[in-house]
Formats: sequence, C-alpha cells, structure tokens
Amino acid sequence: MSELPFRLLPRLDDDNEAFWTGGAAGELRILRCEGCRTWVHPPQPVCPACLGEDLPPTPTSGRAVLHTHTVNHHPWIPGFDPPYVIAIVELPEQVGLRLTTNLVNCAPEDVRIGMALRVCFEAREDGIFLPLFEPDPTS
Amino acid sequence: MNIGERNVCITGVGQSAVGRPLDRKPLALTADACLAAIADAGLTRDDIDGLATYPGGALGNAAPGFAAGGVTEVQELLRLDLDWWNGTAETAGQLGSVITAVGAIAAGFAKHVLCFRTVWEASAQGAGGRRGIGTGGGGGSGVPRFGGEMQWRLPFGAASAANWIAMMAQRHFHEYGTTREQLAWISLNARRNAALNPAAIYRTPLDMETYLGARMISTPFGLYDCDVPVDGSTAFVVSHVDAARDLRHPPIRVEAVGSALRGRPSWDQFDDLTTMALRDASAMMWERTDLGPADVDVAECYDGFSFIALAWLEALGFCAKGEGGPFIDGGTRIARDGEIPLNTHGGQLSAGRLHGYGFLHEACVQLWGEGGERQVRGDPRVGIAAAGGGPLGGCLLLTRE
Repeated sequence: MSELPFRLLPRLDDDNEAFWTGGAAGELRILRCEGCRTWVHPPQPVCPACLGEDLPPTPTSGRAVLHTHTVNHHPWIPGFDPPYVIAIVELPEQVGLRLTTNLVNCAPEDVRIGMALRVCFEAREDGIFLPLFEPDPTS
Repeated sequence: MNIGERNVCITGVGQSAVGRPLDRKPLALTADACLAAIADAGLTRDDIDGLATYPGGALGNAAPGFAAGGVTEVQELLRLDLDWWNGTAETAGQLGSVITAVGAIAAGFAKHVLCFRTVWEASAQGAGGRRGIGTGGGGGSGVPRFGGEMQWRLPFGAASAANWIAMMAQRHFHEYGTTREQLAWISLNARRNAALNPAAIYRTPLDMETYLGARMISTPFGLYDCDVPVDGSTAFVVSHVDAARDLRHPPIRVEAVGSALRGRPSWDQFDDLTTMALRDASAMMWERTDLGPADVDVAECYDGFSFIALAWLEALGFCAKGEGGPFIDGGTRIARDGEIPLNTHGGQLSAGRLHGYGFLHEACVQLWGEGGERQVRGDPRVGIAAAGGGPLGGCLLLTRE
C-alpha cells in the first residue's frame, strides 16, 4: 500500500465495523431496521424511527448523487496532501441518507452538484476499505 | 409563555488585549478580561456568585489554543465563591454558555454570573499555520484512530470547519445562485469597520481584487473568507435585573434567546445544509418576542467563515431565505449607515477570532454608545448577538433600557 496517501483512519468497533470493512466484498453496508425498513446512519443500537432493535448491516446499491462538495487546498493533515475533493453524497435508498467522502477519478473543474456517482473502495490497513465515490459511467 | 430571560441583563463587559501573538499567558488574559468586566459593571469579585465559559477545560485540546482555562481554573485564579458554575462545549454554540447563565439567573441560582471565553490560538499555532481539528498526530506509526463523529470525516481529509462550512456555502451557491463576488461583501464590510476599531487586527483596506486573488483554502473559501486566530479573552457580567438597577450602565435586557436545534446534530445529515442550527435558534428567538427584524438597530453575527454571517442574516430574517447574496451585494445594506449595520467591530474576519464572545461584546458596546469612531448613528436600542455555525448556533436579542 506504499503508493496510497497517509490517512487518518477510524477505530473499528461493533457498531461501525460493517460499514468500514464491507468494501472487502465490494459492498457499501448501512444499518437497516428490519421492522420499519429505515436506513440508519451513523450506526445506532436502536432505530430512531420505530425504536426497533434489529438493525442488520445491509448492502446498498452503491450509487449516490453529489449533494455538495469542496476542493480543499490547505494542508490540514501532515502527509495527506491537497488538493483533493471532499464531497457529501446522498444515497438513493432514502432521502437525507448521506455520507462525507472523497470524489475521485474526476477533475475538480468537472465536478457538478447533482452528478451521478458510484462507490469505489480504497483498501487500507487492518481490513478497512474506505468508501470513495467516482462518476457513474452507466448513468 | 414564560419568558424568563427578560429578568436578566448584561451589566458589564471586558476584553483583554487582543493580538497575534501576545507575550502574556492565557490565564492572565482571562484575568484581564474578567476583572475589566466586573469593574465595568461597577461590582467587585465578592459580588460574583456564578461562573460560566465555553468550551470548558475538557475540550481545551481540540485544537491548539482553542481554549485556555476552564471554570475551575478561573475560580481558583480569582478565588470566587460560587453558587452556580458551568463550562461545556455541548451547548448552543459559543454563546450557549451565556444563554445557560441567563437561565441560571432566571431560575434564581445566581445573581451575577461572570462569563468568559479565552483563546490562545496565535501563540499555540506558532509559525506552523492552522491545522485540522484532532489531527495533531502526523504520519507514521502510533497515529491515533478515531471513533465518535470525527471518524466520518477525518479519513477523507475533511479535517476543518473550513471544509464543512465550505460545503454548506457550495450548496447555497448551487441552490440560490450565490457568488463569490457577493460573499466577498461580508469580508469587505468587516475590514471597512475594522479600520475604525483600534483593537482590530487587520485595519488596512481590503478590495475585491485582493479578496478574489487570495489563495484558496477550501472552495469557495479563499484566505479572506476565514477568520484570524488570535490571543485574547472576552468576559461579561450577566445579572438579575433586580440586582442591576444602581450599577454603572443602563442594563441591557435580554429580550429573547434562541438555542434551538430541531434537526439532526450533524454536519452532513442535517436536513438543510444551507442553514442548519441557525434556522432553529433564530426561529426560537423570534417566537419569544413581539419585536421583529425591522426593530433591530445593529447585528453582530458570527463570521468564523464569511458564509456563516450570510446564513445568519437569512436565518434572522433580515432577508428572505436564499436572498442573502443579493442582499449583501455592494455592501450598502450591511454598512454602518445601512439598513442593518453588521459586525461593526470588524468581526472575527478582521478584528480577531475571539470565538463568538466578540459579537456579544460589540453589541453591548454599540447599545451603550461606546463605539467611538465606529459607533452607528442614531441611538441604537435593539441589538442581536449571534454565534456559531453548522449544528452549533445560539443568539440573543438585546434591548437597552
């Protein structure tokens, strides 16, 4: 992995492991309530909608729409060099179901709010697969 | 409705020297501001029976110099006997600490609460420039892993509020057609006012060409959309109105407070990223008064990043939702002689990042007519101090008797 940039990484626990490791199977996994079918992110032990407690990690379509973005030019994190595109994407599975991520394989000048995206994963240390997003050529 | 805050007022304000950096320890700056506020009210240390701050000692290391001293350190320093005290970051923005003190006084827990906020970011950052929140580790082994809410942003390099709020601004640009040339007027207006404020950090004129040509930080924010870290401390004495009658100043009554957060407390999950908690805090404040935006003589609104001040103007109802860009364009409506004078001291963009408390300080200065060269004309009696951005926002509507 020597060609990958340094990144600050999440600390895995029972709640977040499915999200951060699902990329090993090519899946973007979000908790979903078995009772009322609400997608719940960030993870919770109880469904905020129906208070059900059966919330298995569930694969999403991997598609998303760009909700907003910024091209970061300032070196906030030593070793993780700008410029890079930070994005908030919304998943089609549910209104308001969003992730903060990076938009990759897209020149900053080609970024457009509303553009169709699909997930791709960056394999990191300890089985972590960071979900990044790129333009969806099939849309 | 019980509007308990109407029994509470601000009776004194104080501020230390403000600089980047100052050769003075942060607790000494805190003492300077606190003692000045107590004297400004016409009180002594013995009169103070409450103490409050943001963000409190526990969050002091969130970023270098972000906080310098919690409640217990200042109680020890000034040897205060306290009936009530509170220091926390989990509140309605920086001024949430003051709103909490207002509540304590209204409930009868204390008569005179000293509120303070000290920053030491200029000294703590040194020559190294600004860093992200919680990113002190650097590369190599032994780098900490992140849980909690920061785990959802830090892996993607979204390490600063500059990034999170830039994305709010970008969404606003997309939905409403707002432009950088419009947004610039928050910064240009601040600098114009700072030129008349001897305590401001940056006082030389700033023009549109320089603003647009500055290096980008996080699009659409360039350097002049970001506030300036400083060393400094600000303090207030917040009092019960029954204990405020014979003090030095005419009391500044708290007409209404806004502390609401009615959406999800998240930088990316909130339903409307173009406003967030500012919408809710403003709505609550206006629900608690018969006054309205047209009654306000001066507005001091948080500008840690330029866009936040625009978002406050919309949320507070000085213009319609989405119309903030055209409203501030040209800088006439928000000038000191305009419809709604904004950030008359220069804001955090030019006067320095005193982190929320500077706005309440300036609102009181203006309502007491002590603004000197920058004093707004007429006889301002109604002011707003609003602070915070994203899921953190709080505001106070103030009236001078």
